[in-house]
Amino acid sequence: MSMKPLVQLNNVSFQYDIQENYALQDVSFEIYEGEWLAIVGHNGSGKSTLAKLLNGLQYPQEGTITVDGMLLSEETVWETRRMIGMVFQNPDNQFVGTTVQDDVAFGLENNGIARDDMIERVNSSLNKVKMAQFLDQEPHHLSGGQKQRVAIAGVIALRPSVIILDEATSMLDPRGREEVLETVRELKETHNMTVISITHDLEEAAKADRIIVMNKGKLYREGTPEEIFQMDEELVKLGLDIPFPVKMSKLLKEQGISLSRHFLSEEELVAELWTSYYNK
Amino acid sequence: MMDKMIFGRYVPAQSIIHRLDPRSKLLMIFLFVCIVFIANNPATYALLVVYTFLMVSLSKVPFRFIIAGLKPVLWLVLFTMLLHLFLTKEGEIIFQAGWFKIYEEGLRQGIFISMRFFLLILMTSILTLTTTPIEITDGLESLLHPLNKVKFPVHELALMMSISLRFIPTLMQETDKIMKAQTARGVDFTSGPIKERMKAIIPLLIPLFVSSFKRAEELATAMEARGYRGGEGRTKYRQLSWGFKDTFMLLLLVLLALLLFLLRT
Amino acid sequence: MDILLQQVEYRYQANTPFERLAIKDVSIDIPSGTFLAIIGHTGSGKSTILQHLNALLKPTAGKVIIGDKEITSEKKQKNLKDVRQKVGIVFQFPEHQLFEETVERDICFGPMNFGISEDEAKRRARIAIRQVGLSEDILAKSPFDLSGGQMRRVAIAGVLAMEPDVIVLDEPTAGLDPRGRKEIMEMFHALHQERKLSTVLVTHSMEDASRYADQIVIMHHGEVYKKGTPEEIFSSPEGLMELGLDVPEVVRFQQKIEKAFQMNFPKTCLSVEQLTEEIAALVKRGEQR
Repeated sequence: MSMKPLVQLNNVSFQYDIQENYALQDVSFEIYEGEWLAIVGHNGSGKSTLAKLLNGLQYPQEGTITVDGMLLSEETVWETRRMIGMVFQNPDNQFVGTTVQDDVAFGLENNGIARDDMIERVNSSLNKVKMAQFLDQEPHHLSGGQKQRVAIAGVIALRPSVIILDEATSMLDPRGREEVLETVRELKETHNMTVISITHDLEEAAKADRIIVMNKGKLYREGTPEEIFQMDEELVKLGLDIPFPVKMSKLLKEQGISLSRHFLSEEELVAELWTSYYNK
Repeated sequence: MMDKMIFGRYVPAQSIIHRLDPRSKLLMIFLFVCIVFIANNPATYALLVVYTFLMVSLSKVPFRFIIAGLKPVLWLVLFTMLLHLFLTKEGEIIFQAGWFKIYEEGLRQGIFISMRFFLLILMTSILTLTTTPIEITDGLESLLHPLNKVKFPVHELALMMSISLRFIPTLMQETDKIMKAQTARGVDFTSGPIKERMKAIIPLLIPLFVSSFKRAEELATAMEARGYRGGEGRTKYRQLSWGFKDTFMLLLLVLLALLLFLLRT
Repeated sequence: MDILLQQVEYRYQANTPFERLAIKDVSIDIPSGTFLAIIGHTGSGKSTILQHLNALLKPTAGKVIIGDKEITSEKKQKNLKDVRQKVGIVFQFPEHQLFEETVERDICFGPMNFGISEDEAKRRARIAIRQVGLSEDILAKSPFDLSGGQMRRVAIAGVLAMEPDVIVLDEPTAGLDPRGRKEIMEMFHALHQERKLSTVLVTHSMEDASRYADQIVIMHHGEVYKKGTPEEIFSSPEGLMELGLDVPEVVRFQQKIEKAFQMNFPKTCLSVEQLTEEIAALVKRGEQR
C-alpha cells in the first residue's frame, strides 16, 4: 500500500441548521490510496454526515476537504464526484434505471461518455460484480444484495479513485451482505480500489485495513482492527459490538487461560489454544 | 385485484412484433386508429379482422392470455353492442317480441361498432404486451424530439416517465406492505360502510406519502452523486434502430388502408 | 392461545400465468407461551408463513387454526378482527406504518380499532411506551420528528398496546446498530418471560434464534427443512451450512476446536460462557498432563 493521501480532511466541522450540537466537530484524517478504511460508530455518531461531506452533498462550515490535491468546493464538486463514487444504504432508492444495464449506464450518460465506450464499460463493470447475466433484469426481480452490486457496478463504471459504501450492507440479509463484501474485497485486491466503508457492522470493519471510530461527531479513535478491538468494553459503551474471537479470547483469559493477546481471527485463536494445550 | 389485469403488462417473447422498433409500433397504432374508421361493410371489416389476428399470431402472445386479460373491457364492448342494437330504429324489423323490436340497421351498427372497438383494444394490447414501458418511453421521446425546438422539455418528461415506470412495482409492494400492517392493526379495507372505508385510506396514504417523499429525496441525492445535472451534455445509452422490418410493417398497414378504401361502399 | 398450521400451502396469484408456489406442506405447532424462531433465506417462505398467523393470507390448501378459529381456503371468514387483536404483528421496518399526528394517537390507533375506549387506549399507550424504553413525554411529539430508532420503538409500542396473546416479529432489528438490536431483542425476551407472551420471531440471525427461542423452524424453498429445539437444530450444523445458512458463532467455533483437537465435546454449546468453560477445562487438562 502506498502512503499517498488521496483524500484529506483538515479540522472539519459541520452543524445542521436545526440542531444545537455539532454533527461533526474538528475532524481530521487522511485516506490513502489503495486502502480499505472503515468508519464505525453508532447511529447518530456523525459517520453519515461524513459521507455527505465527502461527496459534496454538504459543505463543511469550518475546515477543508481536499481530494487528490483539489479543494472540494462548489466549483470542483462535479469533478470530485467523478473521483469519489457512493453506494447508499437503501438498494431501492438508488436504482434509477428500469433495467440493470440502464442503471449502470446512468452515471456514464450523465458524464457524456460516448455510446461505444459506454457499452464496453457497462459490460465490464457488471462482469466485475458478477451481475453480467442480469443485463435486462428489472430491479424488482433482484435481491437486495444484487441491487447493491449493480449500484457498485454503476459506480466503478465511472472509474473513480475512491468508493464509499455508506451503510451499504445494513439493509441486506446475511447472504446479500456477504455477496457485497466479497465483491468489494475483490475490487480492492484486483483493481487496487480505495474503499471507505461507513458501517456499524463490526464483522465488516474487521476486514478493513484501518478503522476510525466516531462518537458524538468527533473522531474517537483511529487504528488497525487489531488495535481498535483491544478497546473491548469501551466499544460496547460506544454502542458498538466486539467481534466474536475477541469476545472469546477475553472470556478465556478470565477463566485463567493464558493467551498472548485478543485474537481477531478464529483460526489464530484455535491455533494458540492448540499450542498451549500440547506444549505444556 | 391487480393480478389479473394484463392491460399494460409486458409479456416477454421472441417475436417479430417484439423486435419492432417502438417508434414503428407507436406509428402503427396511430395509423390503425385512423384506418379503422374507413371500414364500413362486411368485406372491409373482415379485412381488418384478418389483419388484426395476423398481428396477434405474429406477436406469439397466447390468445387465451390476451382474452383473459381483456375480460373487463369485453363487457364494455358487449354493452356498446347492446346499446346500438336496442336504440337504433332504422331499416327493417328482423325480430319482434311484443313492444320489443330489433331493426336490421341496429344489428349492423351494433356488430360493426363493437367490432371496431374490440379491434382497437386488441391492437393496443398487442403494443403494450410486446413492448416494455421503457421502450415506449424511448419511442415517444424520439418521436417528440422535434418539439425540443419549441422549448418543450422532452428529456425531462421522458426521464420522469421512466423513473415513474421504474418505481411503480416498488410502490405497489409498499402499498401492499402498509395495507397489511394496518390490517394487522385492525383496519378493515374491504368491508363496512363507505364512510368507514374512506377513513381507512388515511392510515394507508400518509405512510405512502411519507415514504415516497423519502424515496424521492434519496433518489435525487443518488442521482446527483452519480453526476446528474440535467439533459445538457448527456449521452444516451439506449438506442432505437429502425430496420427493414419496421418499414415493411408500416407499408403493410398502408397497403391495408388502400385496400379498405377500394372495398368500402 | 395456540396456533396450529396443518399442511399449509400457499400460491401467490393462483390461477394466473404468474402463479407462484410460496410454501407447501408446512405444519407447525405453536402452543401458548412458546418462543418460536423461523429461519431461512429471503424467499424461503418465512414471510408467507408469518402472514398466515393472523389470517392476512388464507392458505390455498391445508388449514390454519388460531385459537378456536379455523381458517381454510373454502371458508369465507368473518370477524377476523378477533384473530388480529390476539395476534399482533410487528412487520419489518414497522416505522413505515406510522401516520398519526402524535405518538400517543398512533399507539392508540390499533387498540381503538378493536373497540377499546380512548381512556383505556391512552392508559395502554403510557405502559407500552415505557415497555419499549422511551419516556412518556415523547407521547405528545409527532412520530415524524423522532430518530429512526425511536420511530421503530413507537411502532412496536403500537402493537404491544393491542395487548395481543401472540406477538409475531418480522426481522424486528433490521438496520439497527448493535446496541439498538440488543435492546430490542432483550425487551421482547423479557416480555415473553414475564407475561408468557407467545412469540414468533422471523429472523436471519442465528445468534438471536439460538439465544432466545425455545423452538426453531428452518425453512428452505417453501418447505419446513427442520424443526426442533436450538440444541437439536445446531447439534448437526453441517446440513444448515449446506443450505448456505449461518450457524451461531459459538457453534462454528466449537466445531473448529473439535476439529483441531480431534475430539468432541459432550454437547453443543449455545452460549459463549458455556463454551468458554468447556474449552478452559479442556486446556487445563492439557496443562496438567
